[in-house]
Amino acid sequence: MSRRPYVRPMSRTTWYMRNGRFKVYMLRELTSLLVGFYAFLVLFGLVALSAGSEAQWNDFLASQQGPEMIALHGFALLYFLFYQTFAWFNLAPKAMPVQLGEKKLPAHFIVIAHYVAWAVVSAFIFWLAGAI
Amino acid sequence: MTIARKALVWGLFAAGGTLTSFVFPSLIALFLLIASGNTPVGLEYGQIHAFAASWMGKASLFGVIFLALWHAAHRLRVAAHDLGLRVDGLVASVLYLVAALGSALAVYYLVLI
Repeated sequence: MSRRPYVRPMSRTTWYMRNGRFKVYMLRELTSLLVGFYAFLVLFGLVALSAGSEAQWNDFLASQQGPEMIALHGFALLYFLFYQTFAWFNLAPKAMPVQLGEKKLPAHFIVIAHYVAWAVVSAFIFWLAGAI
Repeated sequence: MTIARKALVWGLFAAGGTLTSFVFPSLIALFLLIASGNTPVGLEYGQIHAFAASWMGKASLFGVIFLALWHAAHRLRVAAHDLGLRVDGLVASVLYLVAALGSALAVYYLVLI
């Protein structure tokens, strides 16, 4: 081994900007912030709910209204759909290939199954919330 | 890290990723409905309180919060490294502690309901 191996100069903080695939990777990684944010938002809802008074819950609902919240949730919904939900479904055949004897289940079966299951789960949640 | 611990950390990350991918679009859409003043009837006090008071409601709310927080903590840990913050021990401790604290608070408030 050489005494002074060549180390390609590379920024530790902006390395992903050099390549389109790495940029998409970082855009996907950012959805973890949304996951954390909405988990805590649900937790804040639970805090309001645990007070046991309708007024407190209505205050929480009122605090979540307004054009800035519409903009936030609208942006978050689109960002999350494309960079987490659809990305996760489309990667599923690579993460969890299904072996059938000698062959593998075709990737698009697994992807389509995810979208179908997602539609069912979403419909169930909207039904549970009384939105449909 | 031992293989057993790695399996646990990764398994919870994968479970959280799958759960949030399926459930969070609807969850965000519900917040969008609330934000626009169209709160669905199921989220009015009586109904949502009854849901959170039931064992099924408690279990699903805890499952969503716990797995989402764990998933976010694990991915933010990797993102911190990718963004040049290379103090994994400290970053991991802080993030997993926040996730554990949030999960414990979820249990506490769910028990109160």
